[in-house]
Amino acid sequence: MTAQAQLLPGTLDLLILRAVSLGPLHGYGILLRIGQISGNALLIEQGALYPGLFRLARQGLLKTNWGTSENNRRAKYYELTTAGRKRLREETEDWNRLAAAIASALAVQPEEI
Amino acid sequence: MRFPASLQSFVSTFVHRSEINGEMEEELRSHIGHRADDLERAGLPRAEAERRARIEFGGYERFREECNEELSGHFIETFWQDVRFGLRVLRKSPGFTAVAVLTLAMAIGANAVVFSLLNSLIIRPLKLPQAQSLYMIEEGKDDSPMQSYPDYLDLRDRNKSFDSIVAYSIDEAGLNTGGNPSSAYLYVASGNYFDGLGIQPYLGRFFHASDEHGPNSAPYIVLSYAYWRTHFEGDAGAVGRTVQLNKFPYTILGVAPPAFRGTELFYAPDFWVPMVNQEQVEGASDLNHRDARGTWLVGHLKAGVTPAQAVADLKSVAAYLAKSYPKEDDKMSFSLAHPGLIGDMLGRPVRAFVTALMLLAGLILLAACANLGSLFAARAADRSKEIALRLALGSSRKRILRQLLTEAVLVSLMGGAVGLMGSVALLRWLSVWQPIPTLPINVQVNPDAKVYGVALLLAVVSGLLFGVVPVRQVLRANPYQVVKGGATGSFGRRVTVRDVLLVVQIAVCAVLVTASLVAVRGLARSLHSDFGFQPQNAMLASTDLDMAGYSGDRVPEMQRRMVDALETIPGTTAVGLVDRLPLGLEWNESVVFKDSTTDLKISNAAAEAMLQSITPGYFHAAGTTLLAGRDLTWHDDKNAPNVAVVNREFARQVFGSEAAAMGGYFKTDNKRIQVVGLVEDGKYKTLTEDPEPAVFRPILQAPSSSTWLVVRSNRDPQQVAASMQNTLRNLDAGLPFTVKAWKSQLDSALFASRAATMSLGVLGGLGAMLAVTGIFGMASYSVSKRLRELGIRIALGAQRQEVLRAALGSALRLLAFGSTAGLLLGLAATKVLSSIVAQATPRDPLVLAGVVMTMLLLGLLAAWIPASRALKADPLILLREE
Repeated sequence: MTAQAQLLPGTLDLLILRAVSLGPLHGYGILLRIGQISGNALLIEQGALYPGLFRLARQGLLKTNWGTSENNRRAKYYELTTAGRKRLREETEDWNRLAAAIASALAVQPEEI
Repeated sequence: MRFPASLQSFVSTFVHRSEINGEMEEELRSHIGHRADDLERAGLPRAEAERRARIEFGGYERFREECNEELSGHFIETFWQDVRFGLRVLRKSPGFTAVAVLTLAMAIGANAVVFSLLNSLIIRPLKLPQAQSLYMIEEGKDDSPMQSYPDYLDLRDRNKSFDSIVAYSIDEAGLNTGGNPSSAYLYVASGNYFDGLGIQPYLGRFFHASDEHGPNSAPYIVLSYAYWRTHFEGDAGAVGRTVQLNKFPYTILGVAPPAFRGTELFYAPDFWVPMVNQEQVEGASDLNHRDARGTWLVGHLKAGVTPAQAVADLKSVAAYLAKSYPKEDDKMSFSLAHPGLIGDMLGRPVRAFVTALMLLAGLILLAACANLGSLFAARAADRSKEIALRLALGSSRKRILRQLLTEAVLVSLMGGAVGLMGSVALLRWLSVWQPIPTLPINVQVNPDAKVYGVALLLAVVSGLLFGVVPVRQVLRANPYQVVKGGATGSFGRRVTVRDVLLVVQIAVCAVLVTASLVAVRGLARSLHSDFGFQPQNAMLASTDLDMAGYSGDRVPEMQRRMVDALETIPGTTAVGLVDRLPLGLEWNESVVFKDSTTDLKISNAAAEAMLQSITPGYFHAAGTTLLAGRDLTWHDDKNAPNVAVVNREFARQVFGSEAAAMGGYFKTDNKRIQVVGLVEDGKYKTLTEDPEPAVFRPILQAPSSSTWLVVRSNRDPQQVAASMQNTLRNLDAGLPFTVKAWKSQLDSALFASRAATMSLGVLGGLGAMLAVTGIFGMASYSVSKRLRELGIRIALGAQRQEVLRAALGSALRLLAFGSTAGLLLGLAATKVLSSIVAQATPRDPLVLAGVVMTMLLLGLLAAWIPASRALKADPLILLREE
């Protein structure tokens, strides 16, 4: 495993929304999906996922229902709601703007000023 | 606003706590299971895989806690944060907080008191077992609660819908427990009284139906708990003792439980006596007179019987009575009423009055809310900078509103607490208060859980009510504008929510002021109205010769001796004796027939007249003017022809005219009586009554042992009272009597109007106070908003008048508008008043002028400080400031 980056505050919610946007998942599945889509570059404490999930569900961004997993275990599945989809779009745009701004700021060379 | 949603999730978190927790546990464990499966697949043994999975998961308990918080939306933390912040803000402006808390305290306190009255007089049934099924039986079109004893026996035995019907009436008797004879108050009750009501004795035993063996067969007394405590020092040995009741020996059977105060809310008796002994207690017996209606009946409906079924059942009993006793019980009909206030007799006016009071109190609270709403709106505007800053720093509008609401509810809860404390003190006092010193009249209005609940509810609701007033203001706040430019002048909008609130509030206050002025005026007038007698300079002595053991011919003889003896007191101009004092809360009505009527059925009656027995000289002593004919004399005795003096209303109703009445004959009580004199009309039962026909009979022809001596004197009342006491004691030392001025005796008749006027006055005062704070808040807000503009005007040379008009013009316009609306409403509403307060007429120029003056004064008072602030606006300082 390569060195993993700490998550910035607030980014876990964005990652969860993105992971779920690719299809309904249960909690452990979301964790695996985030690992998969981020190339295992992010350090996430497993339990920390759940307060985030509950928060997003309470805000009406995720909907839940119980089902049976591929391991034949009972598990709660999360799915994006319309509001969740909208939020994901907005946050993605915000993030891209921020990342671009930070990146360009960091990329500046002395002679360019 | 998401506030309700998070509240809902907060509530459901609590309600479904275990269920949610179970689900959460399962989800977290499912995660660990999935991870362990993966690790096992990677080659770890199952036990080791599970251990690793748990470690990787992290602090299980911590995350579970965090999940819980997320679920309830951090409700509790945010709530406490809001409360702490709210308290800090309120502490920073103590003046505002004090005004707000006091306003609410008064409004909520008033509501708590009135609700407590409503609760104890109307909502809360009598404190008796199964009080819900207890009803009072009333008769006739006018719902009279009075029935005769023979009718009672028929009703009791012939009905099929009541478990039992009990009869009772209230009375006064002389009780000698070993020391001095003193008069005491009692219920004369049927033998089944306690058993029928389901009351168990506190000590000893009660009397039962089986104790009744004909007239005067049950010389038993059951003491009330209070009387036993005060007069027997709570001595258990009192049971079994013999005491003298009106000089007859009676045995104390037992003591009633402390909570049992009889079957009337207003009247707590000293003891109970069996009704079969009525003759010894009251001096005369009506037990065999079917037309002597003087007892009240209550009974428990049988299980499953509805009131409507019971009325139908009683109808068949009424039909039987009408058929069997056509003379007395013609055209009878029965109805049911709630017991406790003598059925509908007191119940209806009390219910109407208390409901009206409750409405007024509700209006007061509404006015207070409007008042505080505008205060909070003004404050929110003053705090616009703070709010803008918070918005700019990333706070959501929802969060700010929630905080403002928390603040409002905090204020209203504090106000509610203070108001409740005040009202509890007032109610405690009311519960021991005896408005009429000579009668055991007193109402228990102690607050119970319901009252506290209502006060809390009112506090929270009113907090939310005035808390939402500034909502729109906050929602529309533009942080950039405010932070940049200072004050936000909201130009353009001519009429704001605040203006409407103020007008509503002023209107409500004007209604209250009008109502209380009308009531006060009405009372003042009725105090000076024509009673048909002159209470000034007249002293009274109430005596009951029956209590002192007089009977038969010794009664009139003693009465004449008393009159003669009192006439010798220096300064006395006249002495008379009457058996029923007008406006003395006791009366005797009898049906009267024309001389030509032969079939003496009730339906053929010409009038129902007040009957009084008097001695010669009573009219002079009472100050009643004899209009025609002659006064009664001592020669109008048993052997002389039956004569009477009547009043004008009687002459009009029975004879058609005053002239025809003189020398004419009428029939009552199976006697043919000649009219020999005519006197002016008077008030007999209440101040609000319509003119009543009245008959005055010579006491020698219509004897009565319970009487009032009236002494008219031109000397000092105290001195006269002392001489009267001496004189009467010299005649018979064993005679119980009380001496007082007629004016103070009238208090009882005026009690209802006094109480009404007092409560309306208090509410009116509260309304006035609210108007002052409301106008003050509005005026000072408008001045502080426009202080800069006013400064510029002054700098440009504006006159004081113009400045004042600019500063306060709109406030005063609103005041005028609101007062007019309130005055009109108040005039419409005071029609209701005239049924309680005599001569309360809204079309009284003095009242109109009074209301206008009051509102004007209130407006001036409230606008004074803001106005002087506006005039002192210093343009230099103001312009430099920004």
